[in-house]
Amino acid sequence: MAVQLDDGAERTAPGTGKGGAPPENGAPPAGRPPRLPGRRAPRLPARRTPLPSARRAPYLLLLPALLATALFLGWPMARNALLSFQNLNMKELIQHLTDWRGTGNYQEILGSEQFWRVTFRTVVFTGVNVVLIMVLGVLIGLLLARLGKKMRLALSAALVLAWAMPVIAATTVFQWLFDSRYGVLNWVLDRLGWHSMAHYDWVGTQLSTFFVITVLIVWQSLPFVALNLYAATTTIPKELYEAARMDGAGTWKVFTSVTFPFLKPFFLATTFLEVIWVFKAFPQIFAINEGGPERLTETLPIYAFTEGVGNLHFGMGAAISLLTIVVLLAMTAYYLRLTVKQEQQEENEL
Amino acid sequence: MKRSLAGRIWPNATAVVLAIGFVFPVYWMFNTAFKPTQDIITEDPVWFPLHGTFEHFATAVNAPNFWTLAGNSVIVTVLAVGLSLLIALCGAFAIARMRFKGRKGILLTFMVAQMAPWEVMVISIYMIVRDADMLNSLLPLTCFYMLMVLPFTLLTLRGYVAAVPKELEESAMVDGCTRRQAFTKVVFPLLAPGLMATSLFGFITAWNEFPLVLVLNKEPAMGTLPLWLSQFQSQFGDDWGATMAAASIFALPILVLFLFLQRKAVGGLTSGAVKG
Repeated sequence: MAVQLDDGAERTAPGTGKGGAPPENGAPPAGRPPRLPGRRAPRLPARRTPLPSARRAPYLLLLPALLATALFLGWPMARNALLSFQNLNMKELIQHLTDWRGTGNYQEILGSEQFWRVTFRTVVFTGVNVVLIMVLGVLIGLLLARLGKKMRLALSAALVLAWAMPVIAATTVFQWLFDSRYGVLNWVLDRLGWHSMAHYDWVGTQLSTFFVITVLIVWQSLPFVALNLYAATTTIPKELYEAARMDGAGTWKVFTSVTFPFLKPFFLATTFLEVIWVFKAFPQIFAINEGGPERLTETLPIYAFTEGVGNLHFGMGAAISLLTIVVLLAMTAYYLRLTVKQEQQEENEL
Repeated sequence: MKRSLAGRIWPNATAVVLAIGFVFPVYWMFNTAFKPTQDIITEDPVWFPLHGTFEHFATAVNAPNFWTLAGNSVIVTVLAVGLSLLIALCGAFAIARMRFKGRKGILLTFMVAQMAPWEVMVISIYMIVRDADMLNSLLPLTCFYMLMVLPFTLLTLRGYVAAVPKELEESAMVDGCTRRQAFTKVVFPLLAPGLMATSLFGFITAWNEFPLVLVLNKEPAMGTLPLWLSQFQSQFGDDWGATMAAASIFALPILVLFLFLQRKAVGGLTSGAVKG
């Protein structure tokens, strides 16, 4: 395997690039976007002129990844894009027919009130979940840092257990916990004096179904944020905290003036991932009530699946799925742009 | 700084409550799986499986093709994760350590690739696989699972590669290592925790995948465990004991893997990062 020549002076000054675009922040030298806790290795400038063979090296190294992506993602995506302009139902699928429909699918979708309602619902759903996950996750992460050794180990183990539960198994378990007749949750609520909950049907209304889904998703996602945040805080130099305390900063002030600026890249990267993961949550929503009652808990991925695969309008499903990507891109545009800017800055420093 | 009594109690109290909250669903799964049916279908929950039984596990394991499907799941998951680690490591190395034209574009491609709507792409994938005459085979599954985890793996590994100080590599080369040796002897061992941490995500994703295998592999013996788990629920209706036993069997390998790998991963991650 060829190894690098020259990435020269990039990242010689870890403090400069990273904070990047918007509000300038004091320091964060911690690494680069999809980073888990802190990587910051100041590089010494060691520039060499690349040999011709070395100039090819990065492309050779990336070749397998790019080829695989083109073949197993690019191709189905392109095919999907083509389908979105077709009238493709079961008949066409079986008989290998191609019936072009122009932009008909898109016009139909964009003109339907249903699509916009689902889009709005998806954005709100994603927002609520991501905010809950980030806020609670950070609080638990900070709590971990504050606990004694034994207690920290116990809580970490509990978090890891929840984190490791495969989505499908976890979803099944939550259905059982929230079961209306024999579910343990209704029993507890009844015992606590809320007797109307005794045989409450959790998937009976839109709001309560979303409640179950949100509890499930937040429960599953918190460990990732909490454990990684805790690990990241251990990379913050103790002196910073001491200095802040010396200046008389309280807990909140220490967080906003030391922890948050230092870990800003971590927060951005994690939020980005959580937005994608929550937005794309599929088995959780589908298994709990298949988007019901009366399709009121369908988010965009479920909507695309129900329209396309469920109702056998594959062309429509494909068109919705492409619009779904557009929505997701819009929601993450800020972070994507930020990353590109930072990379640009780094390259300019060469 | 001395903290007040209340200041020492509340973090621990909160931690206990949280720990119970996170463990309870997992506990309840195993608990239900071990209880005889009359203790499951009861107005008052039985908190401990005092009359433990393996009958639900027997029901779950005796479902047709269980062992074949378990084998398929292991093969597909291990191959997909292994391949994606290998491919991603090469790519991550290039992106983290080298400067070249098109780097930003490639980076952006992988970030956007994470957003791929796989659930809806099943139709186009089905058509492609059907036209290649590869339905009911583990090969296409492996390839597509590999790609589902590839972007995340690559982007995460890139962070880990960047965290390995370049000077280490250079000093190894000064000491007479070739570039390749410097990589295998110095960089790779430092990356091991990162590889483990990253592989966890891949294992979970591939192990859980459901819509694609449902559409591609209709033949009962060519499925994977998620199919078995789902068939099960509908097959037995309200048989929560068997369903929970199946969920337990399904979750156990990942739980064990996680407990084993996660400690190394997080530990290695932080210590590696600080001393960079």
